[in-house]
Amino acid sequence: MDGIQKNLLKEIAGLEEIPEGAYNIRENGKSAGRRTTANIDIVTKTDKPGIDILIKPGTKNERVDLPVLLTETGLSDLVYNDFYIGEDADVLIVAGCGIHNAGGLKSEHDGIHAFHIGKNARLKYVEKHYGEGEGTGERIMNPTTVVEIDEGGYMEMETAQIRGVDSTYRTTRAKLADRATLIVHEKIMTHGKQTATTDFEVDLNGKDSGAHVVSRSVAKDESHQLFLSNINGNNACNGHTECDAIVMDDASVSAVPKINANNVDAALIHEAAIGKIAGELLIKLMTLGLSEKEAEEQIVNGFLR
Amino acid sequence: MLELRDVSFRADSENGQKEIISHVNLKIDERFVAFTGPNGGGKSTLARLIAGIYLPSEGKILLDGQDITDKSITERARLGISYAFQQPVRFKGLTVHDLISLAKGKTLTPAEACTYLSEVGLCARDYINREVNASLSGGELKRIEIAMALARSTALTVFDEPEAGIDLWSFGNLITVFEKMYRKINGSILIISHQERILNIADRVIVIADGKVTRDGTKEEVLPGLFTAKTCSVLSGDR
Repeated sequence: MDGIQKNLLKEIAGLEEIPEGAYNIRENGKSAGRRTTANIDIVTKTDKPGIDILIKPGTKNERVDLPVLLTETGLSDLVYNDFYIGEDADVLIVAGCGIHNAGGLKSEHDGIHAFHIGKNARLKYVEKHYGEGEGTGERIMNPTTVVEIDEGGYMEMETAQIRGVDSTYRTTRAKLADRATLIVHEKIMTHGKQTATTDFEVDLNGKDSGAHVVSRSVAKDESHQLFLSNINGNNACNGHTECDAIVMDDASVSAVPKINANNVDAALIHEAAIGKIAGELLIKLMTLGLSEKEAEEQIVNGFLR
Repeated sequence: MLELRDVSFRADSENGQKEIISHVNLKIDERFVAFTGPNGGGKSTLARLIAGIYLPSEGKILLDGQDITDKSITERARLGISYAFQQPVRFKGLTVHDLISLAKGKTLTPAEACTYLSEVGLCARDYINREVNASLSGGELKRIEIAMALARSTALTVFDEPEAGIDLWSFGNLITVFEKMYRKINGSILIISHQERILNIADRVIVIADGKVTRDGTKEEVLPGLFTAKTCSVLSGDR
């Protein structure tokens, strides 16, 4: 691995070296390394680009790393990854995509991830998107995540896109069975002329299922963000969607939260708040000796932590 | 020493400009000075003029002989002025540890940050990693605000009504904190308060009403008569 690849790996997965445990590294559209364990198998798809990640029932406290690195300019990479989390398993999956575009052509990665979470299984899924490179070529990522959670299953999804992605359209679809839970924490920061759209749709089909979808975002310069969220309560369930955004400079943010109660016992809440950084917050930090710019940085970093 | 020379402050109102502070002259270098007086009399405005949040319409402000009239909030903070808000603000995402570190001007170890929290009677281990958000009560926020001022330990610390918005139990502890601060502080404390127990700690009490200094002296000179029924109504603004 060269310095650029190592840096991308550090940004998206916090990895300094080749990870321990199961992993699959995808680089410029090809597999660049893989390891499986007794409980976790990774199999290349034969009908389309991508892999199947198979986690045996009862697997506990294991981690899978799935970084994707794009360093060639002009490459469009489309990949289908299917995750099968066996019953009663409890695992962490860290995925992410780093683009280094040094050229003038567009680099694009579109990942289509399908999660099948078995009965009473628990999954924490962390996904980071990051772009860099001195070239003028656009860096584009359009991830699609499809989630099915079986009875009593649990998924926590943490996604972050903090820097360097010019355009993103993030789609998430989820269906939950009885007592299943989905928690989503999304963090987005856009700058320059970037655009980011996130589009959630969650079907709470099962009795006592629950979803908590929270997005925190900061839009700077002339960037634009659109937050779409739709929670359908089709049974006795709890649903909560929240968008909290800071808008700065000439940026714009739209939030369209939607909740549909199709059952008398569906309890659904939506919240959306967009605004600039309150003057009192800046003043407080300035009375501690920070400049206005330093104060702004501290507030934004804390907000997106 | 802080000096206000003929300071006035006017703000826009419905009927044109209104004078909120009118020709105030003060020299402050005692260890513990209290501003008191009726609500709307100009105490908080004066504190904000000192911190640089408002700039005076006329007059000059000096800190240790240096003219700071045109200095920004940041510059004044760096020169040695601290300002604890009447209503502390909440920060989504920033923790108590972050704020104490920012106040100190360097990243503190948890143990170092904890010493300041212990000073204000907060069980440090429970608070250090808490977010300074809506989950903290008014009394807790007030004490964190004071811990930040302690961490800074500047030549001048201004507290705007530290007793506002806290419950009685917290208030008793607050008095203890200020009594302790009085014994340990290196610089000057300027405190805005309506509370007799806080005014009792002060070396000097200054009454501000209608934007002017109306009484000024030791607590022995100013306090007698200040809390009689008549003056209480003046203090609470029900004139």
